[in-house]
Amino acid sequence: MYNFDVERPSTIQDAVKAMGREEAQPMSGGQTLIPTLKARLAAPSVLVSLTGIDEMKGVCLDDEGRVCIGGATTHATVAREAEAHYPALASLAARIGDPAVRNRGTIGGSIANNDPSACYPAGALGSGATIVTNNREIAADDYFQGMFETALEEGEIVTEVKFPVPTAAHYEKILQPASRFPLVAAFVAKFSDGVRVAITGASNDGVFRWAEAEQALSSNFSPDAVAGLSLDGSNMISDLHGTGAYRAHLCGVMTKRAVAAIG
Amino acid sequence: MTQVKMTVNGKDASGDVEGRTLLAQFLRDDLGLTGTHIGCDTSQCGACVVHVNGEAVKACTMLAVEADGAEVATIEGQANADGSLNVIQQAFQDHHGLQCGFCTPGMVMSAAALLKENPKPTEADVRHYLDGNICRCTGYHNIVKAIMAASGQDVSAIAAE
Ligand SMILES: Cc1cc2nc3c(=O)[nH]c(=O)nc-3n(C[C@H](O)[C@H](O)[C@H](O)COP(=O)(O)OP(=O)(O)OC[C@H]3O[C@@H](n4cnc5c(N)ncnc54)[C@H](O)[C@@H]3O)c2cc1C
Ligand code: FES
Ligand code: FES
Repeated sequence: MYNFDVERPSTIQDAVKAMGREEAQPMSGGQTLIPTLKARLAAPSVLVSLTGIDEMKGVCLDDEGRVCIGGATTHATVAREAEAHYPALASLAARIGDPAVRNRGTIGGSIANNDPSACYPAGALGSGATIVTNNREIAADDYFQGMFETALEEGEIVTEVKFPVPTAAHYEKILQPASRFPLVAAFVAKFSDGVRVAITGASNDGVFRWAEAEQALSSNFSPDAVAGLSLDGSNMISDLHGTGAYRAHLCGVMTKRAVAAIG
Repeated sequence: MTQVKMTVNGKDASGDVEGRTLLAQFLRDDLGLTGTHIGCDTSQCGACVVHVNGEAVKACTMLAVEADGAEVATIEGQANADGSLNVIQQAFQDHHGLQCGFCTPGMVMSAAALLKENPKPTEADVRHYLDGNICRCTGYHNIVKAIMAASGQDVSAIAAE
C-alpha cells in the first residue's frame, strides 16, 4: 500500500471540502477500499474518512414513509435498526459478508462501489430507492450504470439512501462461499402498483431489473408466473464459480424462491 | 506521521503512525501485542479480529488512525485479572478447540462478541457467526462445541470428533 494522508471530517460540508484536495478519495468502512489499496489498484494521496460524520449515520422514516439510511451507516446497524420498518432490507444487510465486515462496511460504500455481485445495489434498484449525494438526488434506475459504474461524479459523496417500503419483499441469494458474496441473488419487491425484480451477481453490466419477470409477476404474483421465463446467459459473468448459462438459470431460481418466500 | 491515542485492553496507548498503518500493524509492531495474528491480510480469515468500541472488526482492514480515541480489546486482555484463562479460553482448552492455535485469537475474540450479543446461541448461530473466521486445523466442530460450552450450555450430547 502506498502512503496517503487521512482526513477525518465530522460534517458533510468538511468532507466535501477535503474531497477538493488533489487525488482525494472517500473511504467509509474500507472493507473494499483497503484491500484495493493493498493491491495497489488505487493510490489516492488523501483518504477522506466518512466514518466520523454523525449526520451520515442512522436509520429513520421520512414524511413519505420511506426508510432513510445515512450513507455511513454500517450493515450491522441497518440489520438492527431497519428490521421494524423494512424487514427484507434488514435481512439483506444481515447476510452481507460476516459479522466483522458488517461492523465496518457501509451502505454508502457498497452503493458507490457497485460491485456486480454486491447486495445493496439489488436492494436499492429492487426498491426503486433514491440515492442522495452531497449535491443532488438520483433515482436508482438512473444511478447504476454498469459493472463498478455509477452516476456519481468525481468527488461526489453518497450521503443517504431513501427506500420506499413495498407491501412485501424478499432477498434470495445463493452464496459463493469463498468470497461470501452472492453468486447470484434476486431482490423481489411487491408494491401496490406493480412488482420490481432486481438481479445481482449475474450480468456483465452489473445489477439490472428483469423486466419480463416484473411484468409476469405484476399480473400474477406466484412462482409459476416466472417458471417459463429465461434470461440470455451470453452477456453474463462467466468464471470458475459458474458459467453465464448457469448464472442465467440461477436468476430464475432465485426469483422464484423469493416469490415463494413472500407467498 | 500522525499521533494516535487509544485505550488498548484498558490501558492508554499512543504512537506515531503513517496514514496507511493498519490497526493490526500498530498493535503488533508498535505495541508488541502479537497475539493479534495476520493470516490472509485480505479480510478473509479472521485471525486478526479485535474489538473496537465493543464491536468485532478485522484489524488488517482498518487503519490505525481510524481507531484514534477508541477502546480496543485484543486477545492479550481476555484472561481474568489473576491471569487464569477466561471462560471462553478455558472452554477452548477443555474441548480441544485448537490445534496449531493460529486462528485462536480471532476465534476467541469473535466468540466473545457473539456471546455478548447472544448469550445462549444455538449451534447454527455459532456456525453462522464464525462465517468470517477460518481454521485450517480443527474442522470447526470443537470450536463450535467450546463456544457452546462457554455459554453455559450442556454440550455432552454433541459428539466429540
Ligand atoms: C469478506 C468480505 C465479504 C463480503 N461480502 C459481501 C456480500 O456478501 N455482499 C456485499 O454486498 N458486499 C460484501 N462485501 C463488501 C462489503 O459489503 C463492503 O463493506 C462494501 O462493499 C463497501 O463498503 P465500505 O463502507 O467498506 O466502503 P469502502 O471500502 O470504504 O469504499 C468502497 C468504494 O466506495 C467509495 N466510497 C465509500 N463510501 C462512499 C460514499 N459515501 N460516497 C461515495 N463514495 C464512497 C470509496 O472511495 C471506494 O471506492 C464483503 C467484503 C468482505 C471483505
Ligand atoms: S488477517 Fe485479517 S482477516 Fe485475515
Ligand atoms: S487451530 Fe490451526 S488454524 Fe485453527
